[in-house]
Amino acid sequence: MNYETIIGLEVHAELSTKTKAFCSCKNEFGGEVNTNCCPVCMGYPGALPVLNKKVVEYAVKAGLALNCQISLYSKTDRKNYFYPDLPKAYQISQYDQPLCKNGKIKIEVDGQEKYIGITRIHIEEDAGKLIHGTESEDYSLVDFNRSGVPLIEIVSEPDIRSPLEARLYLEKLKGILEYLEISDCKMQEGSLRCDANISVRPVGQKEFGVKTEIKNMNSMKSLQRALEYEEERHKKILSEGGTIVQETRRWDETKGITVSMRTKEQAHDYRYFPEPDLVPIVLDETWIEELRKALPELPDDKKKRFVEEYGIPDYDASVLTLTKGLSSFFEACAKGHKNPKAISNWVMGEVLRILKEKELEIKDLNIKPEGLRKLVDLVDGGVLSSTGAKQVFEEMFKTGKDPETLVDELGLKQISDEGAIVELVKQVLSENQKSVEDYKKGKTNALGYLVGQCMKASKGKGNPQIINKILRDMLN
Amino acid sequence: MDLYNLTLHEIRDKIRSGEISAKEVLDSVYKRIEAVDGKIDAYLTLSKENAYEAAEAIDKRIAQGEKLGDLAGIPMAVKDNISTKGVKTTCASKILENYIPPFDAHVYEKLKEAGAILIGKTNLDEFAMGSSTENSAFKITRNPWDLERVPGGSSGGSAAAVAADEAFFSLGSDTGGSIRQPASLCGVVGFKPTYGAVSRYGLVAFGSSFDQIGPFTKDVEDCAIVLNYLYGHDERDSTSLQVEHGDFTQALNKDIKGMKIGLPKEYFEEGIDPEVKRLVLDGVKILEGLGAHVEEISLPYSKYALPVYYIAASAEASSNLARFDGVRYGYRAKEYSNLEDLYINSRSEGFGDEVKLRIMLGTYTLSSGYYDAYYNKALKVRRLIKQEFDKAFEKYDILISPTSPTTAFKIGERLDDQLAMYMSDICTVPINIAGIPAISIPCGLSNGLPVGMQIMSRALGEASIIKAAHAFERNTDFSKNKPTL
Amino acid sequence: MIEKKDLHYVAALARLKLREEDEEKVREKFSMVLDYVGMLNQLDIEDVEPLISINDVTNVMREDEIKESMDRETLLANAPDKMYGCIKVSKVIE
Repeated sequence: MNYETIIGLEVHAELSTKTKAFCSCKNEFGGEVNTNCCPVCMGYPGALPVLNKKVVEYAVKAGLALNCQISLYSKTDRKNYFYPDLPKAYQISQYDQPLCKNGKIKIEVDGQEKYIGITRIHIEEDAGKLIHGTESEDYSLVDFNRSGVPLIEIVSEPDIRSPLEARLYLEKLKGILEYLEISDCKMQEGSLRCDANISVRPVGQKEFGVKTEIKNMNSMKSLQRALEYEEERHKKILSEGGTIVQETRRWDETKGITVSMRTKEQAHDYRYFPEPDLVPIVLDETWIEELRKALPELPDDKKKRFVEEYGIPDYDASVLTLTKGLSSFFEACAKGHKNPKAISNWVMGEVLRILKEKELEIKDLNIKPEGLRKLVDLVDGGVLSSTGAKQVFEEMFKTGKDPETLVDELGLKQISDEGAIVELVKQVLSENQKSVEDYKKGKTNALGYLVGQCMKASKGKGNPQIINKILRDMLN
Repeated sequence: MDLYNLTLHEIRDKIRSGEISAKEVLDSVYKRIEAVDGKIDAYLTLSKENAYEAAEAIDKRIAQGEKLGDLAGIPMAVKDNISTKGVKTTCASKILENYIPPFDAHVYEKLKEAGAILIGKTNLDEFAMGSSTENSAFKITRNPWDLERVPGGSSGGSAAAVAADEAFFSLGSDTGGSIRQPASLCGVVGFKPTYGAVSRYGLVAFGSSFDQIGPFTKDVEDCAIVLNYLYGHDERDSTSLQVEHGDFTQALNKDIKGMKIGLPKEYFEEGIDPEVKRLVLDGVKILEGLGAHVEEISLPYSKYALPVYYIAASAEASSNLARFDGVRYGYRAKEYSNLEDLYINSRSEGFGDEVKLRIMLGTYTLSSGYYDAYYNKALKVRRLIKQEFDKAFEKYDILISPTSPTTAFKIGERLDDQLAMYMSDICTVPINIAGIPAISIPCGLSNGLPVGMQIMSRALGEASIIKAAHAFERNTDFSKNKPTL
Repeated sequence: MIEKKDLHYVAALARLKLREEDEEKVREKFSMVLDYVGMLNQLDIEDVEPLISINDVTNVMREDEIKESMDRETLLANAPDKMYGCIKVSKVIE
């Protein structure tokens, strides 16, 4: 039996505004507990919310970047439930009239372009944070610093067809939000969160299968792993003739399984109703157009431009535009440079490698674009071999020094002078008559040996391309 | 005559002229409270120390020749659901019995700034839910006119305090009539502003789209003076109106010739005591005699006002009161074995029966499956009721009705009759639903008990109300009536 | 008359529990009020828009400017139970 997987994702992104959604407390991650709070975000009696206009602006920007219709009239609603991190015992959110609707996002799967629909984007406030005691301790502590932080919730259509697609969707979405500079998008800090709905159905069946909701996937990797696991779980149950229970399940990263979160509580009845303490949001087309014009260049457009402007392949452009930081770095290096493809190779190769190894963000990289440009120039000019360049790059990172200084300090300057190399090759050939004869007899690996000998004779500093060329010339 | 018998504007004039000091005024008021509040129980908390400190500061400034505003040195009482920083604000509930707000309500800030002095906090029906102040978790307040009778509610304490000369003015809140009805039952002036005209920041919310804070005073002039200080935009309240309201005292002493008055017949029919009806209609005749044109009109949708109110206000309340969960402030149960118990025990032990009933009612009408039939339906009827008023005010400047169908009823009389209690608000509730302003002014005594006349106008039509109310007061003696204590 | 289980459901949603001895009385009161407000069912008003905003105010928003938060001590002064600068509650199992 062949099954088709249907996935929908619900993403929450914390907006990087200066203040919270409904009060002027600082919106800051990691501050000392309960120091960014006031009667409003602590839910004191008599306190009232006032909407932060930046929240609306950022949400509309997200809507525009995701090709949504922006609602000219929208309102907020209360979502009522009890939880210690929810100070008012209701969350101000949007229920039936969200700010943005009916958008789409383009992803690339196996070289094929595909659009995933965006059902809606709405604004809401975050809850505080619970800090749990150890196993033996019978209490939990609540920190309200995060209470009231603005969020946008982005709901996708169930257009995603595999765990890989889900990951690609989230990566693309993250990239776009970063480009817009409206969210830090740090999954590990919780400023980007993702829940998934997944179901499977036999290929050809029209109705969707029973879905389960998966929570607690805290990285791109765990998103994919969790969905792969759950997909299998569904298929196994169905192929054995069982039925899927519609429920919420928690991904356990360590055990690599999903676990049912069924509590003895009934399904939540959130009793949504229009928020009486806030007034409707009425937007006008002119303002929306202004925002649209002011949008920064988004990943898809930047990728297209990179291919055209820098003549780099599609694949390179995709990798380089994944994040705004990376694309800015690449462009700073490549603009006006005669060898953008080489720059691209360096960025995709050594730069990404070192960022991953040292767990750094591109903005914290101490290698300047100027430095990388120079490095490529040195290689292109024959001054530095590619192995030498890698060494210099490593030193640039360690010491922050510029490449020319390092080439001298490390004595890596290649010998590219043709005259000197001719002399060197002559010497090697005279000392390796047998290899010369072998080569002339047709043993091509003798060439490799001779190149090696030349490199050795040059103490590794000979420019291999020139050695190769001169050797061949002299042999033939 | 003792100082405490005087009106706000009379005291103001004496303070300004240097005849008396703010301290003397306070002395007089606290002496009065000592003498009578044991019988009336209008106050839950007295803040003597702070009051005398404030009075001293005012007297000093006057001595230095500073010209101060109308409210400088005027002692006031504040309903205990309005936040006063550093002073207990209990909402007459066990769940907030020891709650001390860390911030001031906007109106309290403004009045303090204007020099008004807090005497203390007054009693109310728990969380402003009630029409008799009998739902207070701490004590009942008695009507100064007859100690066996209720002062009305929910702002019974504030109304009684002014009626008994225990304050020169007081603040109440009005969600379905909670200022006007007790004003009527206690024979004082009570005003509910246009929705949004007075900031709700710091008022413990009951029905967010109905609540307004307003004054109780001894006469209409005092009312106009206090309104001047209460009105105004507050950026902390998103529903607050951004309108220049002008000086309400300009509407005093005005001629009402040609003023168009409508009498909605539905407000004079079912359940209205004949004596009450007679006194109100007599009052209307006086206005007619002063040159106003009076016509009977019909507002048929008003009969659906109480159901709309009990659905919508309760729904909002069920959500507003959910924050009282024993977690961050207020009462937390002593016994609980887990989080759920913490919630259930704290709330069940902390809330009174009427509050619990309304929370459950509100929860029910918002719940899945019932939202459309109840809450959404109520919002639709709300629009119809409002539209009906809007239409009426296209033709009329003000509408007049009785404030309360009866005079003050006996303590305990309606406790077991839920609907009878709710019917106390039949004339006042439609006004909150439409968000329009209204006043209750004394228009006579029936068997020695005060009767109130309600004058309402369009949104921001306060000037018309004050004009008519003051004209009525000037040409009658009802505001001079005082209970014998 | 509202079903007992429905009354219990509503009470549970609101985190309230009824004393057994009060149950019948509350049930009666509740039902009476519910019947009374059910009067609205007399009206056939499908095409009327629900009134959500009482006055015509729209777009009330503020600038994204930081204002000083309330100091923690004052903020937590009314807390029934606190520890390490946080509110303390029964262990929450997620």
